[in-house]
Amino acid sequence: MKNPASTSWSKRINARSIREFATKNAIILVLAALVLVIGIVKNGFLTPDNLVNIMRISSVRLIIALGAAGVLISGGVDLSAGRTVGLAAVVAASLAQRPDYASKIFPNLPYMWVIVPILAGIAAGLLVGIINGLAIAYLKVPPFIATLGTMVIVWGAASLYVDRPPLGAQPIGGLRTDFTNLGTGSVGFMPTIILIALIVYCIYWVMLNKTQLGKNIYAIGGNLNAAIVSGVNVKKNLVTLYAIAGMLYGLGGVLLSARSGGATNNYGQSYELDAIAASVIGGVSNMGGIGTVAGVLTGVLIFEVLNNGLVVLGISAYWQQVVKGVIIVAAVAVDIRKYSKKR
Amino acid sequence: MSSSEYVLEMRNISKNFPGVKALDDVTLKVAPGTVHAIVGENGAGKSTLMKCVFGLYTADDGEVILNGQPVSFASTKQALDAGIAMIQQELLPVLQRSVMENFWLGRFPEKNYGIIKIVDEKKMYADCKAVFDDLRLNIDPATKVFNLSASKIQSMEIAQAVSHHSKVIIMDEPTSSLTENEVEHLFTIIRKLKDQGIAIVYISHRIEEIFEISDEVTIMRDGKCVGTYPTKQLTPEFVIKQMVGRTLTNMFPPRENTPDGVVLKVENLTSVTEHSFRDITFDVKKGEIFGIGGLVGAQRSELVEALFGLRSVKSGTVSIDGKKVVITSPIQAKQYKMALLTEERRATGIFPVLSVLDNTIMASIGRYVHKSGLLDEKTGRRDAGKIIDTLRVKTPSLATLIENLSGGNQQKVIVARWLLTQPDILILDEPTRGIDVGTKYEIYSIIADLAKKGKTIIMISSEMPELIGMSDRIMVMCEGRVTGILDGKEATQERIMTLATQLM
Repeated sequence: MKNPASTSWSKRINARSIREFATKNAIILVLAALVLVIGIVKNGFLTPDNLVNIMRISSVRLIIALGAAGVLISGGVDLSAGRTVGLAAVVAASLAQRPDYASKIFPNLPYMWVIVPILAGIAAGLLVGIINGLAIAYLKVPPFIATLGTMVIVWGAASLYVDRPPLGAQPIGGLRTDFTNLGTGSVGFMPTIILIALIVYCIYWVMLNKTQLGKNIYAIGGNLNAAIVSGVNVKKNLVTLYAIAGMLYGLGGVLLSARSGGATNNYGQSYELDAIAASVIGGVSNMGGIGTVAGVLTGVLIFEVLNNGLVVLGISAYWQQVVKGVIIVAAVAVDIRKYSKKR
Repeated sequence: MSSSEYVLEMRNISKNFPGVKALDDVTLKVAPGTVHAIVGENGAGKSTLMKCVFGLYTADDGEVILNGQPVSFASTKQALDAGIAMIQQELLPVLQRSVMENFWLGRFPEKNYGIIKIVDEKKMYADCKAVFDDLRLNIDPATKVFNLSASKIQSMEIAQAVSHHSKVIIMDEPTSSLTENEVEHLFTIIRKLKDQGIAIVYISHRIEEIFEISDEVTIMRDGKCVGTYPTKQLTPEFVIKQMVGRTLTNMFPPRENTPDGVVLKVENLTSVTEHSFRDITFDVKKGEIFGIGGLVGAQRSELVEALFGLRSVKSGTVSIDGKKVVITSPIQAKQYKMALLTEERRATGIFPVLSVLDNTIMASIGRYVHKSGLLDEKTGRRDAGKIIDTLRVKTPSLATLIENLSGGNQQKVIVARWLLTQPDILILDEPTRGIDVGTKYEIYSIIADLAKKGKTIIMISSEMPELIGMSDRIMVMCEGRVTGILDGKEATQERIMTLATQLM
């Protein structure tokens, strides 16, 4: 076997190598261009405060997008992500209300370790994920349909959860500071929420690249029939994958409520679409088999830089939607060239 | 020669595919109102030749003359408009839609309402019905296609060809999925079309049918035209001899394996699916290369897929090393140290977007899980690299995506994948399909070497020289049943072909 990698590094820089580099890294270049352009046009954008703010918001979005991206790589899709975030948010928030807060969901809520609401939120997500996985792997319901169903169910469940007669569905407020610190506090110089996202990012990278589960997920998405013939336990792997995705949505919901200091049953609405958009912008194939965690991170950052930048630039909320939609399609059209030129 | 004598002439057609000369200077002349059969082994170039007429392929060389005019079709639509229709071997109608919608697909009759055009469903129904009635087909144009049998769908497609006012209708293995009665019905339709002056090009490898329906026979072998004869002058023996009549040169490595002791025993195995395999009984020895021969549709792949747990069986038993086993999934098959190289490399073999490394270790990945739960990549890479080198896979690196390799090298990677599972029983379904001659020899050498090391090899092949050249014994199947098991040394292409067509 020869190794062309060693020779390609020594190749001189020329027009062709630049074009190749641009095609391969189109998405990162788009991100850099976005940051530069918005930064030049608007002074307030490139300040440390604003950048940290973007990263705080991106942290929650990244955790959710990683879950959604794993499902996409397996050749599926998870529409329940957003509503699962909402369910986890209200579950966690309801257990993290201050004992002295007036209108608690559970009036007799005892004081618990802060880990309890965190784990409860993650567990809620895990439950949804397991249901998704079982429906898809064992009942053979197509992922789009199965998760569409759970999306609606979970929204109903979250609404029922906060619906406390006679007041009806109500926002959950008065959260303990040790809980909200997850979203707003820092460990040394590092904002806690960003630290958590980084840890999740690393664990997810290891899972996708260094474990049997990860390899199997790429294989299932790359060629389901070949995976079956190769003796991959497709059912078990899919249930595990959706369960992990559910836990990530759960964690996302916990952090979302901690960051905002409360929760409502509408938390997380349409987050699944943002997560899917960020994933495909970052080069995850919606046909399955292709995608990297680094790509997902880039996709999320592009999305949040855009969100923030469009606000900073003072563009109307309606135009923001139009611009975001165009970026989704354009980014994928550029990224797909990487694969399509071979055929 | 006058231009009215033949409706379709193909002169000196050649066609190359990468590494293969699929057609070599083929000439074919078809007279109107006749049935012209084209016979030959799998891969002889029959379908390729007709696809060159129908606009699916473009010939590299030679000319096609239709009604005295030279033609060259860039699309099937052009061919249909010019009066040539082809009934494909694999029928691909839109099952969820109605018969008439399929019938008129691509040419819906429309009614003009000012600037708006509306599809004229009444006309669709009436015209479709008229064609069906003319051919005495009892099909309701409004019914959904999935309600129809394979035979009815085929009749529908023939009627569709007629409705294009086709002068030449090509039928590619039209009886491969039909029952005996349905074949008779097809022949009735063909005779009726013949009376209307339509020329039928009838591609088949079923000898009996040729004698029943055709007026002229063109025999093809290895992409060449062996000859065209009036059917009346032929005997089945002569046709078979001409079909397979090539001599074996030194295409195969010497074999030094010594079969000994039964490893796998299959008794009365019958599929749950009707018209699939039934009553299959055979045994295979340790260190034996056991060939399975037969024509397309003999249910050979279905049989080995059932052995590997991919398909269900209704009855019968499978024993490995004297113990009865029930295998219902590839996961179990692997536990019994079996491996299956499937026939369709793209559909069920490769993971196109994954690396050569991942493709190689995928079936044995469980072995590379470290105590920590992480993959032991170093060992995986070392083992994969070793086997990739042994099989002489030509790849720039282990990180190269498998889809960038040639077909032959992809095949070797999948062989490597299964060898890495350290199987005792290796089932190879058409292991050299679509592979160039040089790589074929390498794969034969790998197979011979494995057998020498005491592995049990079951090899399905449609290439008879390969079967005879590689197998210790050859089981021949026809229509889902075993028609004979031959000793490799005594097997001849004629004997195999006779067994393979015995029940037709």
